[in-house]
Amino acid sequence: MQKLLNSPDDLEQLRRVLLAITDLKKPAVALCGSTGCEALGAKEVIKAFKEELKKQGLEGKVDIKETGCLGFCEKGPRLIIHPEDIAYFRVQASDVPEIVSRTLLNKEVIERLLYIDPTTGLPAHHLFDVPFYKYQNRLLMDNNAKVDPKNIEDYIALNGYKALAKVLSQMTPDEVMTEIKKSGLRGRGGGGFPTFQKWESTRRASETPKYVIINCDEGDPGAFMNRALMEGNPHCILEGFLIGAYAVGSHEGFIYVRQEYPLAVENMQDAIEQATAYGLLGKNILGSGFDFEVKIHWGAGAFVSGESSALMTAIEGRVGEPRPKYVHTSERGLWDKPTVLNNVETWANVPLIITNGGEWFAGIGSAGSKGTKIFALAGKVNNTGLVEVPLGFTLRDIIFKIGGGIRNGKKFKAVQIGGPSGGMIPEQYLDVPVDFDELKMLGAMMGSGGLIVMDNDTCMVDVARYFVNFLCEESCGKCVPCREGLKQARKILTDIISGKGEENDIEKLRQIAEASNAAALCALGQTSANPLLTTLRYFAYEYEAHIKEKRCPALSCKPLITFYVDPAKCNACTLCSRNCPVAAIDGAVGKIHIIDQDKCIKCGTCFEACRFKAIQKISGQPVPLPIPEEQRVRKPVKRGN
Amino acid sequence: MSLEKTEFSEEIDRIIDKYTGEKGVLIQLLLEMQKELRWIPKEAVMRINQRLKIPVSEIYRVASFYTALSLKPRGRHLVRICLGTACYVRGGTRILDSVERLLGIKPSETTSDSRFSLETVNCLGCCALGPVIELDGQYYGRLTPANLGELLSKYK
Repeated sequence: MQKLLNSPDDLEQLRRVLLAITDLKKPAVALCGSTGCEALGAKEVIKAFKEELKKQGLEGKVDIKETGCLGFCEKGPRLIIHPEDIAYFRVQASDVPEIVSRTLLNKEVIERLLYIDPTTGLPAHHLFDVPFYKYQNRLLMDNNAKVDPKNIEDYIALNGYKALAKVLSQMTPDEVMTEIKKSGLRGRGGGGFPTFQKWESTRRASETPKYVIINCDEGDPGAFMNRALMEGNPHCILEGFLIGAYAVGSHEGFIYVRQEYPLAVENMQDAIEQATAYGLLGKNILGSGFDFEVKIHWGAGAFVSGESSALMTAIEGRVGEPRPKYVHTSERGLWDKPTVLNNVETWANVPLIITNGGEWFAGIGSAGSKGTKIFALAGKVNNTGLVEVPLGFTLRDIIFKIGGGIRNGKKFKAVQIGGPSGGMIPEQYLDVPVDFDELKMLGAMMGSGGLIVMDNDTCMVDVARYFVNFLCEESCGKCVPCREGLKQARKILTDIISGKGEENDIEKLRQIAEASNAAALCALGQTSANPLLTTLRYFAYEYEAHIKEKRCPALSCKPLITFYVDPAKCNACTLCSRNCPVAAIDGAVGKIHIIDQDKCIKCGTCFEACRFKAIQKISGQPVPLPIPEEQRVRKPVKRGN
Repeated sequence: MSLEKTEFSEEIDRIIDKYTGEKGVLIQLLLEMQKELRWIPKEAVMRINQRLKIPVSEIYRVASFYTALSLKPRGRHLVRICLGTACYVRGGTRILDSVERLLGIKPSETTSDSRFSLETVNCLGCCALGPVIELDGQYYGRLTPANLGELLSKYK
């Protein structure tokens, strides 16, 4: 068993030993083992590597490391070959023998596994030649590629826990607070509340004991940066947590993780056990006399539990409902004691601030929002994944430079930021710098940083209904405007997308939104109006088309669209009819196809299957009658002829 | 009042044993119960009430509030369809429609042969791979309605 580290010198000694025994020239394969890549077959790739190395007699001569998420999930499973730092994407188990014999043994690069820049057509050999990474500033995410989250020594070798050692041996809590204040760090979980202020009120509160909490309830759909950090580099979060606990005078902490993240919990549990074994958690940490203990608490699936006061009642074992906040949780939180609750990403920033100084941190970002922020880029964009950029970066650069633009050459329509409490931002505001204050002015908010890109095929009324429905299901039911108002809003929106909208619906929606904003107790209820208000503000014409013309401009709302085979384009090849799940398409080889509108369930399978663009979506106008039986003759042509 | 012994009794008591004497355990206890038994039977509620002196009303309140806890028996395999925003705009509802059609059940229902239970989930955090579903803890990404049948047939 590892000897306890009794002082900062012991830690430094261990780090030197670790560096000395590391052979930088030894070939190593670092493969992403996080949930995203696992879903794409990373486990099989690792297994294949182990088998292949054994087969070729290379066991022990090549290191295999499972690392955390590097963000470019779109092209997973991803691996990096050291020491040459060659990055391969979309690797499958069947590629492994070739990688071992060609790249590991003969140092050849396999071109087809490299990333090809779609604009230049040139391959990128190294990770940072890939445009997705080139424009990022990965202060938090970078180590995800370097450490095995299940091995504390990887983290220690990269100067891990050095900030903690510095704090415990050379800094008073006051000095830590000064650095945090200078840094200008604001909470990454949503509201952007200054971290210094939160900590300071808990520190000054007279009651004891004091608690600290890591919020990893990441309930915003479309956000997964907390999962990636906790899966990929749990020790960096723990280190920040310990520093915060020391600053505010807390000796007991909780980590609240949603139950949808089993791997994050597993890795964090391992991290806690290892840190305890090394003397970095528990009693008398690094010989400083400071004690700290951590417990993990599983969430049970409730969006509202991410709200700070609700999360605390959930840790107490009760139903997670928010409470009024005229008394701040920083003074009376968990079990009515002073409690600091911060998001995973906020805690992860703390060691960086201590290591490099508050002023250094304040030098990154925009006037009011400092440091970097991880955004989860998803939806209809080419490069989906996690993107870390300095605050103040523009949405346009994130979506087009890093994200590589819109999929399938379609046109950008809006980007949804901030989860269900955020808003939809249209094209004309894409050049606004993304920071906490600018987004508020647009009627959206940072939230946890989910960015969902939507193209012209996305109906804004349907998306508004999606969020209202989400909030309806997740409302805890305590306040009337949220509980009842959202239900009415959902009914009106459902009517609109079903072609039953009425003239004064828009006005009614506005009133409901304003009431909830003014009268709900917690931030979730108050901001529940944002998706409605921003779509009404920027996409009013879509609402009007649904209500007045019974037409869905995005051709997406099922009750308002009809699928139709254009006889002029139909190749009579039966591809669509063979794929139709309900046998609604009549036709044969050589016989132009017709959709039976009574049978059609509008699933869109035929639309995707057809290679001749013969299937059309029609909205707001009558469907043409089927052509007469005798005219349904067509000799199919082979594709490409 | 003593309770009749059932197939679950031993398991229930064993789980409760782990949580006696600690504060604020109800949610964690119910989550473990859910994991081991795949649902929260009435017997579990009554045993928790008896042994930990937590009111039955409070146990039911917690069990019905959280989506991870089920008061009905679940099937052998749990299909969870992600309807987070990213999956939604990439066709998550079409995946849901297809699974509903293939299994003949709606969300929060179980097939009559107890093979599958179907649920929707707000976000699995694999947004880059949408639409995503989770089958007994295993994630599957980049799905289309066409390849679902084959996937489901692997789960007997």
